[in-house]
Amino acid sequence: MSDLPENLKYAKTHEWALLEDDNTVRVGITDFAQQELGDLVYIELPEPGRKVAAGEQCAVVESVKTASDLFSPVAGEIVAVNTALTDEPEQVNDNAYQAWIFCVKADDLSDLDSLMDAEAYGQLIEQ
Amino acid sequence: MTTLNQTPLYNLHLELGARMVPFAGYQMPVHYRKGTLHEHRHCRNYAGFFDISHMGQYLILGDSAASELEKLTPSDITGLAPYQQRYTVLTNDNGGIIDDIVATRLTSGLMVIVNAACKDKDFEHFKVHLTDRCHFKELNDQALFALQGPAAIAVIQKFSTTAAGLSFMHACEAEIHDVKCTISRSGYTGEDGFEISVASEQAERLARLLLAQETVEAVGLGARDSLRLEAGLCLYGHELDETITPVEAGLRWLVKKGHTTFPGAGRILAQLRQGTEKSRVGLLVESKIPVREGCIITNETGDAIGHVTSGGFSPSLGRPIAMAMLHNPAPDAGSILYARVRDHQVPVTLTELPFIPHRYKR
Repeated sequence: MSDLPENLKYAKTHEWALLEDDNTVRVGITDFAQQELGDLVYIELPEPGRKVAAGEQCAVVESVKTASDLFSPVAGEIVAVNTALTDEPEQVNDNAYQAWIFCVKADDLSDLDSLMDAEAYGQLIEQ
Repeated sequence: MTTLNQTPLYNLHLELGARMVPFAGYQMPVHYRKGTLHEHRHCRNYAGFFDISHMGQYLILGDSAASELEKLTPSDITGLAPYQQRYTVLTNDNGGIIDDIVATRLTSGLMVIVNAACKDKDFEHFKVHLTDRCHFKELNDQALFALQGPAAIAVIQKFSTTAAGLSFMHACEAEIHDVKCTISRSGYTGEDGFEISVASEQAERLARLLLAQETVEAVGLGARDSLRLEAGLCLYGHELDETITPVEAGLRWLVKKGHTTFPGAGRILAQLRQGTEKSRVGLLVESKIPVREGCIITNETGDAIGHVTSGGFSPSLGRPIAMAMLHNPAPDAGSILYARVRDHQVPVTLTELPFIPHRYKR
């Protein structure tokens, strides 16, 4: 099992979240998630400017075999998307913690409190 | 929870870093360390080794074996020369497909390979419908491998000149380093290649020998599916099921001329004369968005005209592809249609199958 970055928060739906300046939360999928999915061939990014609720489906990652929904870990507005993934979705397979998918400007940072830390997420994926 | 079966290569799969998934009651490798895309390309360029031991292997023995099996299929089984093979289907009384199978004529009768998920119902079907003019048994202690791709012939050549001399859909008894096996020039990737039936106790030894060859890498079920999709081949439960006839599935070529006594012959022969209500087609997706099984296909005016039966990413073409069942009259090849994916209308071009030309050694 690969080491889970301690500076990230984790959702039970296998997104990671990184709080940055100005209440912006950067979001990607975990290494566990990319391993489960296998080779990614398409990522459907959200529209910048879109308002999302915490837990709202807002992106899709598709592997050779299956399509899987991504959920925003916090409520807010989509302020950036990683358009490099449109042509190179395999970046997520290569480094899931570098290849972010979208950034949300959070309405309320307390949404992050319901996410897991590395230790709790580690226990979840061990099961 | 039912326990999953393991093939004789279970430990070898783990050693090779396989990601194991439940499939048709077995724990099977979906891919190995380098992933499905790599395995797919390796098979198209070199040689892929597939463990397909989950598939059912039956013997139907006795002088009447061929005529008995021919009564259950639309195909010419009695006309098979010794060690010749045929792809065919078991049909029900409505002309639907119970399973797609490969029958090989042996000196003593027939060997029949069936889909893993259909093993039990096929067994019942044979038990009910084969008469005592033959007897049949399942080969439980037999593994099955496929070696597929342009480099497969050079690998087989090293071990068996007899097997290397086979043409497509022919088989022989052979020995590879003292391991007795039945080898056929066949497979389900569209590539030239071989399928090897071997006793379970010798399976791992033979697998290691083949995998030790420089051009050979293990390939999992993920790439097995994308390879067969590119080759435009039917998969049971997707393009084929108990409601789809072989004519609708685009398999009219397997109906033997003059054969009128198989289950569902009335409907199937009528379809050969009059056409069908639906037919299987290929779709090239004009977008990066994969179009998957179940997607509704619409025409330019928005009418639903069919649905996707298999869809995914084609590693060889670098774009998504799909097969669909469309209502007749289906539009001509080259027509633009649309697949409904989430809130998108994804444009697709109707195309001839296969997507990638077959490279069988005939």
